Amino acid sequence: MRINRVARVGAVAAALALAVTACGDRNADSGNSGNSGASGGIVAKAKNDKKLTIGIKYDQPGIGLKTPDGKYEGFDVDVARYIAKELGVEESGITWKEAKTPERENLIEKNEVDFVSASYSMSDARRKRVAFVGPYYQPGQDLLVKAGRTDITDPEKLNGKKLCSVKGSTSAQSVADKYAKTVQLQEYTTYSECLTGIDSGLLDAATTDNTILAGYAKANPGKYKVVGRPFTTENIGIGLSLKDAEAKTAIYNALKKLQDTGEWKKLMEKHFAGAEGYTIPAAPPAQFTDK
Amino acid sequence: MSAPSVLYDAPGPKAKARNHGYTAAFIVVIGAIAWYVISELLDSGQLDWPRWEPFVNGSGVWTAYILPGLQNTLIAAALAIVIALPLGAILGIARLSQHLWIRAIAGTIVEFFRAVPVLILMVFARVIYFEFTTLPEENLALFSVVTGLVLYNASVLAEVFRAGILSLPKGQTEAASALGLRKTQLMTLILLPQAITVMLPAIVSQLVVTLKDTALGGAILSFPDLLDSVGKITANFGSNVIASFVIIAAIYIMINSLLTWFAGWLERKLAKRKKAPKAKPIHIATETGAGASMDMGGGGDSGSD
Amino acid sequence: MFDLIEKYNVLDAFWLTIKLTFYAAILSLIWGTILAGMRVSPVPAMRAFGTLYVNLFRNTPLTLILVATSIVLKNTLGVTMFADEQSQDFFAILDFRLAILGLTAYTATFVCESIRSGINTVPVGQAEAARALGLSFAQVLRIIVLPQAFRSVVGPLASVLIALTKNTTVATAIGVAEAAGILRAMIEFESDRIMVVFLIFALGFVILTLPTGLILGQVAKKVAVKR
Repeated sequence: MRINRVARVGAVAAALALAVTACGDRNADSGNSGNSGASGGIVAKAKNDKKLTIGIKYDQPGIGLKTPDGKYEGFDVDVARYIAKELGVEESGITWKEAKTPERENLIEKNEVDFVSASYSMSDARRKRVAFVGPYYQPGQDLLVKAGRTDITDPEKLNGKKLCSVKGSTSAQSVADKYAKTVQLQEYTTYSECLTGIDSGLLDAATTDNTILAGYAKANPGKYKVVGRPFTTENIGIGLSLKDAEAKTAIYNALKKLQDTGEWKKLMEKHFAGAEGYTIPAAPPAQFTDK
Repeated sequence: MSAPSVLYDAPGPKAKARNHGYTAAFIVVIGAIAWYVISELLDSGQLDWPRWEPFVNGSGVWTAYILPGLQNTLIAAALAIVIALPLGAILGIARLSQHLWIRAIAGTIVEFFRAVPVLILMVFARVIYFEFTTLPEENLALFSVVTGLVLYNASVLAEVFRAGILSLPKGQTEAASALGLRKTQLMTLILLPQAITVMLPAIVSQLVVTLKDTALGGAILSFPDLLDSVGKITANFGSNVIASFVIIAAIYIMINSLLTWFAGWLERKLAKRKKAPKAKPIHIATETGAGASMDMGGGGDSGSD
Repeated sequence: MFDLIEKYNVLDAFWLTIKLTFYAAILSLIWGTILAGMRVSPVPAMRAFGTLYVNLFRNTPLTLILVATSIVLKNTLGVTMFADEQSQDFFAILDFRLAILGLTAYTATFVCESIRSGINTVPVGQAEAARALGLSFAQVLRIIVLPQAFRSVVGPLASVLIALTKNTTVATAIGVAEAAGILRAMIEFESDRIMVVFLIFALGFVILTLPTGLILGQVAKKVAVKR
């Protein structure tokens, strides 16, 4: 611990000198990397060390949540557990790491996580930096409103209304562009802040993937409902290093088994059943576009 | 402390009555505002017990979110000050150099980093670390926050050091030269030890500024600090945003009040034993980051000179 | 460099920074003076309030204060700050005004403490003489003490103003598109010219703050009460 801190201080000082003087030398001095398995892929690592480091969300009910008693729950977390188990790693061998939205590619590129399971949308921009296996579920963008509210039935009804989304997501802007020209947009840092605004009546609706919305609706029974008219289709995949082809196949097989055995449906129901307005899709996507 | 009473006479019966009237009117106004806020909060259900319960019923909110966040906040602030102190000393001494070019360089650095907002320094530190180093992602935010704070605080502390050294009586330098001490010896043996004593309150005040500025990391760089823990709490307990903010703010206020009080205490204590070399308390107006250490001397009312 | 400034409307963003600074500075000066008046007033309730206010707000991170204006005032209490709810710019205007409010609430504490220390520099004899002439507390403060106090604190107030200018960047946390607000986009899309982007912002703030310090420094020297 002490050495670690000293090293950190040293690294900061060294990096600082670098930044101040802006001299050319690159600072190769890295702190402590969580992952030393650069030689073999994650399949070998899982097999030999019985250990995996997995990136998940910590603050998204229903998807990935770190609870106050130190447990991790949510659909993406359970999928990650399933994959780990298929690779031969038990729960005790998993190190969970928070994968915040803007940091996910970096975590993978720097080998700080073995894979990411954090409502990771498989966009083309991201495909340049990380590999995806999936989609293992396909949420659609939807709206969340106060329970009992009936006037907002689809995105076109948002004209003149106040819509909330989270910074860095493009979902709200697309509503304004495509469905309701005169909607007023408000951005916050977290969805919880949107919910406070819906509670007080300042905001009329919040928008993002319907699974995320369902997570909030389920966590606050009787308070919110999902409108239930998804107007896009997102592809959510497992993100991992571009270099690890073996792992892609292994994760593909694990996901395939997840749906073939009916476990997929069970997990969906476990995490999203009972969220007002949200219907669990009948079947998972028939095939993976990426593998 | 005696200052206020100089401004008005000891109230007689009439003035007392009038003051009571003012007090009543003032309390009514403040009460009305408080009543409005509380009733609005009640209406929106923000004061409902379930929203506050997690903070007292041992739900793990403290151990899982708040304390780790607080730890990161304290680590960032402490690292920043510890690194900024020697850098600030070097810059401050450099600004007193006899060579013009050293003074010019140090002066430019100090003025530059005092002019650029800490937030922008942090954001760019992050970009530079990401592009040019292989630092692990999870430490990137901490490093960036600390770097931004160090650059800014070193500049501020440079001014504190300079003012501290300048505040010492000239006789000290002259006596040392007369004894044949070299410039380095003069600085390390005579000036710095005395200057640091004079500067201590200012340094502690700067720690308050730094602590507050770490919150920028939480809000902008997703550094998992005390402020950032709000997001994790509210994700678990629905929309108890206000309850979380109140608790988090209370923690910041408590720590900073303690530090501010400590700075004032230090200054009073030092003022008492200030007989030997009569160094004035430094009241240079270093301007401030997202915080401010306006009265560098700490408590402020050190009386008239 | 100039193509970047044009492409990302950097000047507009800095103009917003200036506007934020301007309004918050004026309001902070007023509110801070009132607070200072409270802290030296003969009414105990006002003194207590002034002290409590200053200690609470000075010790809270500005970031938290600004986020709280957004979450508590706007989101929960539905404060609209007289913005037109039907307007398409409703949230932009509201957030701008909330940022001014938050910056004022915070900066006023430093104005208050500066002025209070300025009051301390006014020799006791001045106030005593004024009282001997039969001036009331308000008159002593307004006619005798404050004018001298202000003259002696121009320097410290300049520092507060510079700090305020830089602090407006925190408003990005509640979505105000001032200078720091456009930073994210520029970093993302101009990553190969990152040092140029940095220089633009650094220079922008140097240009904003350096003259303030120099001019007000001169003013401070000119108006300082010779004692």
